[in-house]
Amino acid sequence: MQLTINGEPREIDANPDMPLLWVLRDELKMTGTKFGCGVASCGACTVHINGEATRSCQALIGDLEGATVTTIEAIDTPAARAIQTAWVELQVPQCGYCQSGQIMSASALLTETPKPTDDDIDAAMEGNLCRCATYARIRRAIHRAAEIMEA
Amino acid sequence: MLHYLDAKRPAPQPTRRTFLKLSAGALGGLLIGAVIPQKGLADTASGALATPFVHITPDNRVIVLSKHLDKGQGTATGLATLVAEELDAAADQVEVEFAPSNPELYKNFLFGLQGTGGSTAMANSFDQYRQAGAVVRAMIVAAAASEWGVPTGDITITNGVVSGGGNLATLGELSALAAAQEPPAEVTLKSPEDWVYIGKGFPRVELPMKTRGSVGLFGMDAQPEGGLVAVTARPPRFGATLASVDATAALALDGVEAVLEIPQGVVVVATNTWTAMQGREALVLDWVAGSGETRGTDALLDEFRAALDAPGLPSHPRGDASAKLAQAAQVIEAEYVFPYLAHAPMEPLDMTVLYDGQSATFWGGSQIQTLDHGTAAAVLGLDFPQITINTRWGGGSFGRRATPDGHLAAETAMIGKAWLDAGNAARPIKLVYSREDDIRGGYYRPMAVHRVRAGLDAEGNISGWEHRIVSQSIFTGTSFESFVVQDGVDHSTVEGISDTTYAIPDMHVDVHHPKVGVPTLWWRSVGHTHTAYVMETMMDELAVAAGRDPVEFRLAHLAEDARLAGVLHLAAEKAGPTGPEGTHRGIAVHKSFNSYVAEIADVRIRDDGTVKVEKVTCGVDCGVPINPDNINAQIEGGLGYGLSAILREEITMVDGEVAQWNYPDYTPLRIADMPEVEVHIVRSDAAPTGIGEPGTPPIGPAVANAVFRATGTRVRELPFTRHGLA
Ligand code: FES
Ligand code: FES
Repeated sequence: MQLTINGEPREIDANPDMPLLWVLRDELKMTGTKFGCGVASCGACTVHINGEATRSCQALIGDLEGATVTTIEAIDTPAARAIQTAWVELQVPQCGYCQSGQIMSASALLTETPKPTDDDIDAAMEGNLCRCATYARIRRAIHRAAEIMEA
Repeated sequence: MLHYLDAKRPAPQPTRRTFLKLSAGALGGLLIGAVIPQKGLADTASGALATPFVHITPDNRVIVLSKHLDKGQGTATGLATLVAEELDAAADQVEVEFAPSNPELYKNFLFGLQGTGGSTAMANSFDQYRQAGAVVRAMIVAAAASEWGVPTGDITITNGVVSGGGNLATLGELSALAAAQEPPAEVTLKSPEDWVYIGKGFPRVELPMKTRGSVGLFGMDAQPEGGLVAVTARPPRFGATLASVDATAALALDGVEAVLEIPQGVVVVATNTWTAMQGREALVLDWVAGSGETRGTDALLDEFRAALDAPGLPSHPRGDASAKLAQAAQVIEAEYVFPYLAHAPMEPLDMTVLYDGQSATFWGGSQIQTLDHGTAAAVLGLDFPQITINTRWGGGSFGRRATPDGHLAAETAMIGKAWLDAGNAARPIKLVYSREDDIRGGYYRPMAVHRVRAGLDAEGNISGWEHRIVSQSIFTGTSFESFVVQDGVDHSTVEGISDTTYAIPDMHVDVHHPKVGVPTLWWRSVGHTHTAYVMETMMDELAVAAGRDPVEFRLAHLAEDARLAGVLHLAAEKAGPTGPEGTHRGIAVHKSFNSYVAEIADVRIRDDGTVKVEKVTCGVDCGVPINPDNINAQIEGGLGYGLSAILREEITMVDGEVAQWNYPDYTPLRIADMPEVEVHIVRSDAAPTGIGEPGTPPIGPAVANAVFRATGTRVRELPFTRHGLA
């Protein structure tokens, strides 16, 4: 399979049924994208595929011929930079294990909807679990990132 | 967890022969100004000043060696704060690494072994890490004084810059010279009024890494060169035994390297995680019929309820509760049921081993390093020094990464050994739990049933209290048993009840500890997870029955506990007379891990009858607030974790098989259900106490009391999903 990962063309030689999550983590040694559930229920594995926030545990590598994949290690959109800044400013992460996925989902939200409401945030972030319950700060930090982007 | 341990036992001898008997520490207290052990000072070839707790490198980094695991609770930053405070380092030059496993240097004084838990990290390290900072500061000062030919009294350090006699230097520039200085025999710590970080704030040291997907942060991310991945097929029922396995199909898969049998189950070792999981699916396993624990949770509940009718083992009985109840003006009787709970930290369990027959190296989020170390030594037949443990950041724990039996280390070591015994060349192998392995793997918060009879006298004060609990003992049979279990009573089952500071002179608490084959474990705030719920919903019922205000009623019974009364006052004042429009209010206050937390929940009932907690106002007293923002974060997270459990979490079993699999059916709190949280901290100069757990206990009863005000329903069987409330 040929695809573009974080701006670089990659030739992947793996079982086509292997989810992108494990290609990233185990084959390419890019461990920023996390395994939390393997069943699209926690969002820890969220990456952008062709710009859309996607659960990489459900995206089979065989279906990704020609796709463009961006992961936490390289995401550098204006929205992502604002999100990462706000995340540190508001000291969002606790254990941090969910936060790659939170940041990928929040970045996609802000790119689509630069001034999200609380309901927009609930809808976009619903699929991202945080067992440390940093949710109140995630919400504040998304609003804060929207401000940063506006400035 | 583990907070029961006193500090009067002999120091542990960490050999594989004695690790099971490890007991709490020799250091019977902490001496301000006494000097930390300086053994292990590194040689100065690198130009670094290296003490056991702090390294200063020539490139001007201050590296704090954390003896505690940070699994999200902010301990690493807390320790960095203490060192930076006394050293006068700049916040942005401070980093944290995890200390090696070495109980002599890095024991938790409250356990006598190296380990983290029971919200003890700051209490135990407050003096030690400040001293560590003061020691390196004194060495830097001595180096600057001799280099510049000025008296030490003329040297100052501000924000990482050393100055004196018109000279300036960074800490790094002086590190090599400082390393040649004698460590001081004594140090004097700063007075609290001179603190620049403690009580004010210090940014979390690891957030840049945690927001950018840094390599190798967590145990799950460990990928030593040439590494393989292992998953284990474990029994379908706890304790069930294997009859036979057919691994032909698994072994035929491209990338499956081996199938190994170990006591814990059948292990598939493969070149990557996905293939290992595919291999496990392909195993044909036959378990011995009827082996293991075959009772389901319904059957267990029937047995637990039946046990309520017989007297149990008493815990601190006082006065004559039954006589007082016989004379009471009103008696309220209630029964409560609490389910098994999984911790389900976001990072499933994992541990990596490289074992070559002579020595072993481990990587993972080890929470009680000494027990993991000792367990591994016993399994592999090695001595303590032949084993290295590399602690990684923990992706959550909530108790799960601290196991008295070191089962994860044991299983990982068994796999390393079985791999080698099968004739393979040594390679690193990472044991990975899937989420299903985690949810179905036991080590749960035990199921508990309570029955309470509480009486009010004619004035509306509590006159007598009888309380019976049926729940498995967490500590019996572990290496901590002798500290926590007395006269058959596991204190972790009754904590928060029989030691309540409410004025209840006539109280009788007793317990039954049924034997069940389901492994149980401390779960964020341990026994308080259920005892606070019962105490604080009962207090609410009694206040209502007495026609008294719930805050006033509690305060009237808290004359002996000014700190608990203090946080309740604080929270009540800050919450104001009413919550947001359309909400109903419930309150709870509880002490755990020597910290005091009041939570006032403003709750709305949605049109579909489910509960939405809109806002929680908290009053917190945890002694000196080292890092106020982290206290806020831990209270937010702690109450979110507790709310998650009371709304929707339960582990059930059918004929001994766990009915839940993964997050779709073991359903933690999501963002839409998280309340707004406001935390108010008591300014205190008492010794700092824990904050990782104490936010959890009060939220359940606070919300339940609000639900009663909204609906008239008393929720006494958890979770709320059983009542259509979530
Ligand atoms: S690992 Fe993909 S959603 Fe949980
Ligand atoms: S920060 Fe720990 S799971 Fe989200």
